[in-house]
Amino acid sequence: MTAKLTVVRAGALTTVQDEGRRGHAHLGVPRSGALDAPAMRLANRLLGNDPGAAVLETTLTGCALRPDRDVAVVVGGAPCPVTVAGRPAAWGAPVRVPAGAVLDVGGVTAGVRSYVAVAGGVAAEPVLGSRSTDLLSGLGPAPLRDGDVLPVGTPGGRARQPVAAPWPGPPAELTLPLRPGPRADWFTPGALRTLTSATYRVSPHSNRIGLRTEGPSLERASAGELPSEGMVLGAVQVPPDGRPVVFLHDHPTTGGYPVIAVVAEEALAAAAQAVVGAPVRFTLG
Amino acid sequence: MTGDAAERAGGSPAGSATRNAAGSLAENGAESAPESPAENAAEGGAGSLAGNAAGRREGSRPSSVRPAGRHALLVELPDAERTGAFHAELLRRRAAGTLPPVEEIVPGERTVLLDGVADPQALARRIAGWEVPPVTAGDGDVVEIPVRYDGPDLADVADLWGVGSGEVAARHASYTYRVAFCGFAPGFGYLTGLPPELHVPRRDTPRTRVPAGAVALAGPYSAVYPRATPGGWQLIGTMPDPAPLWDLTRERPALLTPGTRVRFVPLGGAA
Repeated sequence: MTAKLTVVRAGALTTVQDEGRRGHAHLGVPRSGALDAPAMRLANRLLGNDPGAAVLETTLTGCALRPDRDVAVVVGGAPCPVTVAGRPAAWGAPVRVPAGAVLDVGGVTAGVRSYVAVAGGVAAEPVLGSRSTDLLSGLGPAPLRDGDVLPVGTPGGRARQPVAAPWPGPPAELTLPLRPGPRADWFTPGALRTLTSATYRVSPHSNRIGLRTEGPSLERASAGELPSEGMVLGAVQVPPDGRPVVFLHDHPTTGGYPVIAVVAEEALAAAAQAVVGAPVRFTLG
Repeated sequence: MTGDAAERAGGSPAGSATRNAAGSLAENGAESAPESPAENAAEGGAGSLAGNAAGRREGSRPSSVRPAGRHALLVELPDAERTGAFHAELLRRRAAGTLPPVEEIVPGERTVLLDGVADPQALARRIAGWEVPPVTAGDGDVVEIPVRYDGPDLADVADLWGVGSGEVAARHASYTYRVAFCGFAPGFGYLTGLPPELHVPRRDTPRTRVPAGAVALAGPYSAVYPRATPGGWQLIGTMPDPAPLWDLTRERPALLTPGTRVRFVPLGGAA
């Protein structure tokens, strides 16, 4: 018998995430998956899970869960207070939650998204090979609601000793290395200079689809319209208002606004933890 | 945004005409000309690439191969037809085991994106030399979609086409379509095949809800909505049971995949 988790408090937006869906973009299916993938993988490793086992991704306000059997969990990603049955518990390291006790993952003290891994993984029904919630197209389990019950898989691996886990802190300033193209030529030469020299700020309209920014507008070289084309993770798409949007995991698979540059995937975990108003610098590299 | 872009594509100046983009990995401009080079030709010394705009039908090469980050290539083709041919060639080579591993092959209107490529530069050099045969008329499976031509925009489309409302069904169903690419929602295919004189604009005001199964037109495209979403296309009919368009219980959930040929079959007793 495996454990089940009852959702006592779903929080602002808590979703099931794993490594996402690959190989279906040509059908209009986004990649999805944990935005801060390194945090997901580290939390899983600390429990002996497969690094890509499904976890919960919270947004700013955390969540609370009650298992019906003893489970081991790790809360990582954005730092936050953790309690079990009202008593303080460790963040970033394995914690035992007894049957019937409430694990409370508090509001973040920095960053945006905390990750709750459970030994055995969240065993939601996979769709196209992934348990990830895709907020753009509605695939995978719906965002958590109070009272939901989540199945847990069978704990397999041996939990590792809590090493000094290298959780990177959320960035005070977000630096996003990018490579120009594929549509840099749709912009004035000054636009790329502006992009890589000005300071942008994280817009409150950011979500799992894209990190939206506020800052200087990027000027198009022409008013032409781009035939719809495939979009990659990390694409810096420039809509008509000229403010760059960095595509995150739930991004549309095709789009009609030109992509001036592409941010390296390795940098996107930090983008997932950048709070509204945080400065953003784009660098060539 | 995908829908917007698709709508705009019909006959609007395609900015993809610009060649010699900084960072372009390969150029084959002489082979095939941009659709409307004037708008962007001033930038980047693209003059040498302005050529004969008439669409050729023999084997062709990509117009350009551009990097998209560190692990992807955006291959640009001169027109929708050759995009389809290039996409078919990629699938053939993948099936034959002669394409290096590629995680995603995503066709667009005039492009094919290759994402998740270990060595994009090496692949770009190979692709630049490919001679891609045209797609022959009989290629691919044909999917038949039953349609009741009862959409709320049927009369408007009839006016735009200069026919009576009763003739829209016969006209629309007389062509064989091809899924050019997917996007907007899982299972939403952009079907080409309408002749240019039957292309229609989007609605001025999008609807907040288009029902699942709506058969719709915009720009050069026809589509069937796999589920209810907002939408700005002109609704001419209804597929009575749209569930097969996107069915996760099937091994292949999408009915309309890129390259699939489609016929619409009018149902009798339309409203």
